[in-house]
Amino acid sequence: MKRFGAFTAVAGIDVEVARGEAFGFLGPNGAGKTSAMRMIGATSPISEGHLRVLGLDPEADGVELRARLGVVPQEDTLDQDLTVEENLYVFGRYFDLPRRTLRTRIDELLDFVQLSDRRNDKVDPLSGGMKRRLVIARSLINDPELVLLDEPTTGLDPQARHALWERLYQLKQRGVTLLLTTHYMDEAEQLCDRLVVMDQGHIVAEGSPRQLIERHVSREVVELRFADGQQAHALERLEQLDGDRRIERLESLPDRLLVYTPDGDAAIDAVNELALDPLTLLTRRASLEDVFLRLTGRQLID
Amino acid sequence: MATPIALRVLEGHARAYRHTWRGTTIGALVRPALFLTAIGVGLGTLVDDRAGTADALAAPTYLAWFAPGLLAASLMQAGSADGMFPVMAGMRWVGTYRSAINSPVRPRDLFLGNLLWSVARIAVIGLAFVMIAAAFGAIPLGRGLLAVLPAALNGVVTTAAISAFVVTRDSPQVLAGMNRFLILPMFLFSGTFFPVEQLPDTVQPVVLIIPLWHGVELTRALALSSDPALPWGWHLGVIAAVGLVGVLVGSRLFTGRLRR
Repeated sequence: MKRFGAFTAVAGIDVEVARGEAFGFLGPNGAGKTSAMRMIGATSPISEGHLRVLGLDPEADGVELRARLGVVPQEDTLDQDLTVEENLYVFGRYFDLPRRTLRTRIDELLDFVQLSDRRNDKVDPLSGGMKRRLVIARSLINDPELVLLDEPTTGLDPQARHALWERLYQLKQRGVTLLLTTHYMDEAEQLCDRLVVMDQGHIVAEGSPRQLIERHVSREVVELRFADGQQAHALERLEQLDGDRRIERLESLPDRLLVYTPDGDAAIDAVNELALDPLTLLTRRASLEDVFLRLTGRQLID
Repeated sequence: MATPIALRVLEGHARAYRHTWRGTTIGALVRPALFLTAIGVGLGTLVDDRAGTADALAAPTYLAWFAPGLLAASLMQAGSADGMFPVMAGMRWVGTYRSAINSPVRPRDLFLGNLLWSVARIAVIGLAFVMIAAAFGAIPLGRGLLAVLPAALNGVVTTAAISAFVVTRDSPQVLAGMNRFLILPMFLFSGTFFPVEQLPDTVQPVVLIIPLWHGVELTRALALSSDPALPWGWHLGVIAAVGLVGVLVGSRLFTGRLRR
């Protein structure tokens, strides 16, 4: 539980994460993801409740706990006065790591995040993706058992995101526990073994990406687009099929009609039987995004 | 044995200094050198021409009277800068404080580490100042080295007090305001350029609560081998009290701002 004055950022979440697991907190902006991460990272006191991280109490054993954590915050917060290498060095010294150890570890980490050739450059001219990779390297300087990543790829271009995911996947392979927040569904599907969807400080769903899709939406989605003014009519006709096994649920968006179905071809048959004549028709597998939007609503939340 | 955490922060400052020393240190030395020349030597020649000046100032020349005051005021200014820019950068501009607390470093370590760094920086600037002043013939080198102590102490106390305040501010505009309405008036009116007896009678008691005036009195007394305005312990007590409050309150405010 986390309160800021009268505002409750995290109203009560109950999760357990096993070692070696990649666990995600999903949710719209303001869902309480960052607050939860900061409490787990022992930089924000909990207002109420019970929290143990790596068997330690973040409140009482903050210094000891943080020595075993790696944190990738939402903002890069790299020291602009220092070079790439020095950013890692100074941060490593915060952990009281011996200089000799640091020298080899910095070499390894710069290699790992593919920044070895930029080691003596200042931070400022680096691209967004490079800065992000440097922050990841910084979070690994103490060889952490658990890495907390708060929206690790927000604001990056597709190449940079994939490069980052690959690094994170490698970390997971090495047995490092990953805890991440994101509002990108593809990111959650790529990286998370298990995740929770948060909304307004509460957990609204929990499970593996596959489980969540099975539980909350159908297997496939047919997207229909109609000529101007035709969609309302089509919706009405499809709603009259109430009870038809081929259609699980309908959702009308401003620009298209979504048909949730266990079988896309069968749903298309149903549409054709009604002679609805959509402009375009697309069948796809249901994604975590459908779950997310179903659970947290389609209205814009800020 | 584990290195105390504030010292790890200090090491980070020292590392960054490799890149920033030119701007910060040279600036902190060029300014006093200009003041020594323009005011101490230039204006001082006029002052010394007036009969009775030496008696009124209880100093051989205006330059000899002015230099220790300028030493104390310059180190106060260096201290206030150390309490402003690194703290605003760490909290806001760059956010390095917000990432540092993800390591074993605690908010109070950031505060104390910055303060320790200020001690080092002020000591260097103070020693360099004394050498420059000695070259001007303004302060004898030996007494000057002694006079650095109270001036530096007051400078570090300023860092503590200013950083404790700045950490609570969100807007960098407050720094310009502080420089204009707090630091500059202190710099000018704490008995640095002219004796506070020249101030209107009603204003004079105000200097009693300005740490810099106490620092100037102690620095000047040591440089000129004279007695300060009040007993030594009083001057030292005021500076120490402000410093103690600054350290205690500063640690708490850093924690309050960063651990939310």
